[in-house]
Amino acid sequence: MLELRNLCFQVSDDADARLEAGQSREIIRDINLTFEDHAFIAITGPNGGGKSTLAKLIMGIERPTSGQIIYNGTDITQMSITERARLGISFAFQQPVRFKGIKVRDLIQLAADSMEEGHSREERQSKVKFPDICDYLSKVGLCARDYVNRDVDASLSGGELKRIEIATIIARNTPLSVFDEPEAGIDLWSFNNLIQVFQDMRRESDNSLIIISHQERILNIADEIVVLADGAVQARGRRGEILPELLKGTEGCKFYQRQSAAGQ
Amino acid sequence: MDDIQKNLLEQVAGLHEMPAGAYNIRANGKSVERSTTAHIDIVTKEDKQGIDIIIKPGTKKESVHIPVVLSQSGLTEMVYNDFYVGDDCDVTIVAGCGIHNSGDSDSRHDGLHSFYIGKNSHVKYVEKHYGSGDGRGGRIMNPQTQVEVGENSFMEMETVQIKGVDSTKRFTGAKLADGARIVVTEKLMTHGSQVAETSFQVDLDGEGSSANIISRSVARDDSLQVFYSKINGNNRCTGHSECDGIIMDRAHISAIPEITAGHLDAELIHEAAIGKIAGEQITKLMTLGLTEAQAEAQIVNGFLK
Repeated sequence: MLELRNLCFQVSDDADARLEAGQSREIIRDINLTFEDHAFIAITGPNGGGKSTLAKLIMGIERPTSGQIIYNGTDITQMSITERARLGISFAFQQPVRFKGIKVRDLIQLAADSMEEGHSREERQSKVKFPDICDYLSKVGLCARDYVNRDVDASLSGGELKRIEIATIIARNTPLSVFDEPEAGIDLWSFNNLIQVFQDMRRESDNSLIIISHQERILNIADEIVVLADGAVQARGRRGEILPELLKGTEGCKFYQRQSAAGQ
Repeated sequence: MDDIQKNLLEQVAGLHEMPAGAYNIRANGKSVERSTTAHIDIVTKEDKQGIDIIIKPGTKKESVHIPVVLSQSGLTEMVYNDFYVGDDCDVTIVAGCGIHNSGDSDSRHDGLHSFYIGKNSHVKYVEKHYGSGDGRGGRIMNPQTQVEVGENSFMEMETVQIKGVDSTKRFTGAKLADGARIVVTEKLMTHGSQVAETSFQVDLDGEGSSANIISRSVARDDSLQVFYSKINGNNRCTGHSECDGIIMDRAHISAIPEITAGHLDAELIHEAAIGKIAGEQITKLMTLGLTEAQAEAQIVNGFLK
């Protein structure tokens, strides 16, 4: 179970050029959310509403200004990214990182090994075997033979990189995975595949998924939807309650209107 | 040979025992072991330190190992090795130098390797440098390589210097005939207060010749690296050089490229990028459960692999 208690995140003027000296801006305003185990939750809302920041706060990539993050009864607010990763939280980047000299095989091996004991990779051989790597890659529609020995560098297209990023999350197989706009930069064919990936992850394990997304088709397979705008939760509910409202479009959507009313 | 020398040998040539094929092992200024084959001869020079390696035309799938180890503190040597590679050969040459210095005076190995490669041959040349020992005396290596690549021949050169060499000044010069190719891959890591200077000069004289110089380096602590590369395109040719550096701590790296086109159809490119490890790379690996130090090591090792 993941619990966000009174979570706030501000940036000061030195981190945001739009602000004058001494000013600060609230990106996340007093968010309280609880995610039960085996949940499939989509977080949506307008650009700049704080979705990606919220995802980064969960992983520890950003630290909150105030508030608490409780994961399975443990306060992880002050824990490092590494500690959270080892507790079983995964994070798929919106813009995956490229590495010169690290192969697709290496990255997936590191991901799969990270839930093993010890973590002293220097001292032992990876337990992850080639067929497993093939399996992870084929789930995201990539042929292992063509990819395992390629560097995770600029030679890969954005879409390929994105699929490899998702394969690392599948390989980690942790109780909680956070995906930051998994559909960004992915082509239509991969998109169909992506939906399948999430459905499989949902069906084959008790792991929880939190997906930041703008895509109706992703919202459409989530159990619950959280609408985040202006740094605050505007609505949360079952898909059936939230999605029809969202689909009315920005004009008629009461969640978005609430946000603009709050901004005035 | 003693254990220190054996360890050096393993580091620079990957050798646990005597290699197959031709070899010449030089330890503390003297040849200690040598073997030749029906196609590869090794002859001691009469007028100066060094050897001639003569590879007969048509020699295929053979290798020559010529490692050098120095374990006597204060030893300084200058060695000349000449390689004569005939036409239609396909050979691998493994050189390298290991210095163990546990004394207070500098140990230094300067080597000049000259290659004369015939036509239609493929030469793979691997050179590793390694230093060990905790003496205050320096471990110094200044390798020079001069290559003449004959018509339609291909020289593939890999140089690695990862650990323990205090000071190095490397020069590689190449002249290429029609249809000749050269690919150089350099891997370099410096730490402490080490200084490494590496310099390339490639003359693309032949029609359809090509050169690709790739340098990857990591500079840590207070170390200093300078990379010079000079490519002259004197005919229809393609030349590419690339210097990619990771800088850490208080280190310095300079990349000084020069490309000169003296022919309308010479296509020359230089790329250089120096920077610290991208923070997002470390973040990504931390999300996989690595600590910051493990992530950094993984990135550096991959970069230099």
